[in-house]
Amino acid sequence: MFYSPVITNAAEAAKSDRLHLFKYVEDPDQDKLDTFVKHGGYAAWRKVLDGMKPDEVIAEVKTSGPRGRGGAGFPTGMKWGFIPKDSPKPRYLCCNADESEPGTCKDRVLMERDPHGVIEGMAIASYAIGCHLMFIYIRGEFFFCAQQIEAAMKEAYAKGYLGKNIFGSGYDLEMIVHTGGGAYICGEETALLNSIEGHRGMSRIRPPFPAIEGLYACPTIVNNVESLASVPHIINRGGEWYKTLGTEKSCGSKIFSLSGHVKRPGNYEVELGFSLKKLIYDEAYGGGILGDKKLKGVIPGGSSTPFLLPDMIDVNLDYESLVEKGSMLGSGAVIVFHEDTCIVWVIKKLIHFYRHESCGKCTPCREGTGWLEKIINRIEAGQGKPGDLEKIDDICNNIMGRTICPLGDAAVMPIQSSLKLFRDEWQYHIEHGKCMVKSDFSFG
Amino acid sequence: MILTEDSVNKIKEKAKQYPRMKSAILPALTIAYQQVGHVDPVIYEEISSIIRIPALEIAEAATFYTMFHKKPRGKYLIQVCHNISCSLMGADSLISYLENKLGIIKGETTDDDIFTLVTVECLGSCATAPMMQINEIFYENLTPEKVDQILEELKNKD
Ligand SMILES: Cc1cc2nc3c(=O)[nH]c(=O)nc-3n(C[C@H](O)[C@H](O)[C@H](O)COP(=O)(O)O)c2cc1C
Ligand code: SF4
Ligand code: FES
Repeated sequence: MFYSPVITNAAEAAKSDRLHLFKYVEDPDQDKLDTFVKHGGYAAWRKVLDGMKPDEVIAEVKTSGPRGRGGAGFPTGMKWGFIPKDSPKPRYLCCNADESEPGTCKDRVLMERDPHGVIEGMAIASYAIGCHLMFIYIRGEFFFCAQQIEAAMKEAYAKGYLGKNIFGSGYDLEMIVHTGGGAYICGEETALLNSIEGHRGMSRIRPPFPAIEGLYACPTIVNNVESLASVPHIINRGGEWYKTLGTEKSCGSKIFSLSGHVKRPGNYEVELGFSLKKLIYDEAYGGGILGDKKLKGVIPGGSSTPFLLPDMIDVNLDYESLVEKGSMLGSGAVIVFHEDTCIVWVIKKLIHFYRHESCGKCTPCREGTGWLEKIINRIEAGQGKPGDLEKIDDICNNIMGRTICPLGDAAVMPIQSSLKLFRDEWQYHIEHGKCMVKSDFSFG
Repeated sequence: MILTEDSVNKIKEKAKQYPRMKSAILPALTIAYQQVGHVDPVIYEEISSIIRIPALEIAEAATFYTMFHKKPRGKYLIQVCHNISCSLMGADSLISYLENKLGIIKGETTDDDIFTLVTVECLGSCATAPMMQINEIFYENLTPEKVDQILEELKNKD
């Protein structure tokens, strides 16, 4: 009843033999174990337990080489391979369900509507790395997701899919649902681990990387919800099959969260390499710009990624193509804004967020985001001064690449990109003490 | 004790799952917060006596996480997302609308202690914007009519 009313392309996925994450997300019973199994669920888990060796599971995932869907895009199989084979310590898997990158609302749908799919992916990943206690870190506000995952977990335990000696395989696997306390930084993998350990959610200095010393100083893998939800499909149909999805270098399908000034905002599963223009304009997806206004810009991969101008959106949504355009795929959150949007106002919203969410551990990010917010707020309020843009540039350059975790870079990238792509608008704001176009959006 | 027997049992139950007791801090705070509506040093002491972790360490964690309000607030906590996707869909005007309707500004609580209004960062409902969370429940694709109806229903519950 509290299902997110978000639009999905489940109908398209149901007909496709390539799309798989969204096939059943409009089926209200998909969260029940029986329905999930009827739809082919837990088959991969059984297949793995029935006779695949952990190394074979890793090899299968490596064959297709999917990249992490949480934002950083690290190859999943390769990451699993970093777990030391000879360590006597326990290993842990943590599913990252902190979903808080502005624009991103995809993991939530998977957890709410297909929770067993997430658990199955977690279980297979755990098996692959030799983990017997897996965690899912769900952001605290996602009360309903936590309920759904917990209910699914209980059912999985009750029917023998989790627990001791699963299906007589001799393999034990326990699961803990850990909920957060409202901090974006806890999505960063080392802050997430600190948060599970009961500390303040601050990032750790790397190395050591979590695969070597993660949770409780033991080898740990952190993977995004969507990354893990893809795993059972790779096991069921094989890495070679998965490789045929998407492009040569960016394989697989990906959920894009489309938000902002489009007619049909929603979550759409498409193969990587899908046209961004089509996602925004096609009737089956975004359906075009709200009020048929002129497009002004797009943030293609969540609020931390650089902007694209209208003449840059003829691009395929894959890791490589977006880098070529100077941006990034990130978490796959496409935020669209039309001609009535003031870019200074957009940046004001974003820098407020990053300043608020900075964990405060390192100086460039803690102080720098504060300074940036002050200057940007002043410009937005019409009090800009000559030299402000140079000062912003300077602060950005002193944050970029000089912080403990990537939040610093994330804060800076959209600002630097806006200064490059929309500099005239910033200058106008400073010279005239007001917006070139006023963002004045009513709701409903 | 402020924490009820039910909360205490829930905390004990949850704490048992973890390999290390300190990991129970966040779940314990969550359970306490759900019961009380805020957390404070008295609550930290109580949690401390249940999970046997120094209250200082509990305070240390609690003060990092913004979701746990540190002061009493209204019965219904209205949290409006004011991040980018929601702002593009009119979050600013939604906030003004709520301010006018409730006769308070953001950060404040109505005189009858029923509603507290605050703004929050992205809540993962960007494609169903604008949105607000009231206590545990998400309300999405908001329109003025929907807001009126939601507030009316909550008021009538009392
Ligand atoms: C500030 C910050 C916030 C992040 N938030 C999330 C998040 O909410 N969810 C997520 O899966 N990854 C997030 N990440 C990325 C994680 O650090 C990590 O790379 C990811 O969970 C690994 O999983 P993957 O390889 O499956 O993508 C964040 C990173 C940073 C720097
Ligand atoms: S970059 Fe920011 S969020 Fe990351 S560790 Fe430094 S202060 Fe914390
Ligand atoms: S921006 Fe408001 S929910 Fe994401």
